[in-house]
Amino acid sequence: MINGINNGFKFMEDALNLRAYRQQVLASNIANADTPNYKARDIDFSKELQRAQGVQVGNLNLSATSSGHMQASAGTMNAQALYRAAVQPSIDGNTVDMDVERAQFADNAIHYQFTVEYLRDSFRKMQSAIAANA
Amino acid sequence: MSLSNVFSIAGSAMTAQSQRLNAVASNLANADSATSSTGQPYRAKQVVFSAMPLGGSGSGSAGVKVAGVIEDPSPMKRVYDPKHPLADAQGFVTMPNVNVVEEMVNMISASRSYQNNADMMNTAKTLLMKTLTLAQ
Repeated sequence: MINGINNGFKFMEDALNLRAYRQQVLASNIANADTPNYKARDIDFSKELQRAQGVQVGNLNLSATSSGHMQASAGTMNAQALYRAAVQPSIDGNTVDMDVERAQFADNAIHYQFTVEYLRDSFRKMQSAIAANA
Repeated sequence: MSLSNVFSIAGSAMTAQSQRLNAVASNLANADSATSSTGQPYRAKQVVFSAMPLGGSGSGSAGVKVAGVIEDPSPMKRVYDPKHPLADAQGFVTMPNVNVVEEMVNMISASRSYQNNADMMNTAKTLLMKTLTLAQ
């Protein structure tokens, strides 16, 4: 039962982790807007999320001193950051397009907040299901 | 945690941009300094940025670091002013190679980039705060 709930949350957890990672990649693009020869990068979100679903989470190998102790698992983030196809590269070899990056940054932030809200809602639903019996 | 990396990325960029702003201020202030402690006229200083890849969980992204401050190699301005104490035999004074228009553009660009990075930090902070209050 607990495992089933955990699996349901894993999708949201993966999505949230990927969103946070993408936010970081976009942040590095904006930060390097003036760096010569810097190439803008991004991840293919839907592809990476699909890939993360297939990845079997590794065991953390916690030491168990009693048969009642549970094992924990953790996934590793290995999303692939690709290079963005430049629309109008600068003469210094920089391919950061500030309009695109700002738009994607804002878009990703909204999606992150959506995922957090969705997760919060799932927690609330579970809480009310638990409390209904009391 | 990827979101906390945003702080170090944006922070490094803000440091770099403020250093660039410093160079601009120095160039504009010394636009007319015909001599300096070395006896030579002031040369414009330019800050060179380079990407600084983050290791570990920050792979695929990079902060900014200042690779160095170079002196502008462009030729110095020669101004005809025979009354000037530093004028040469032909009456020309060698003045700094500071291009005031270029420096003003640099200043605006640096300040906009700084604002962008400050904005980015704010967004990351909002997202982190939302995540921290997730189960409440």
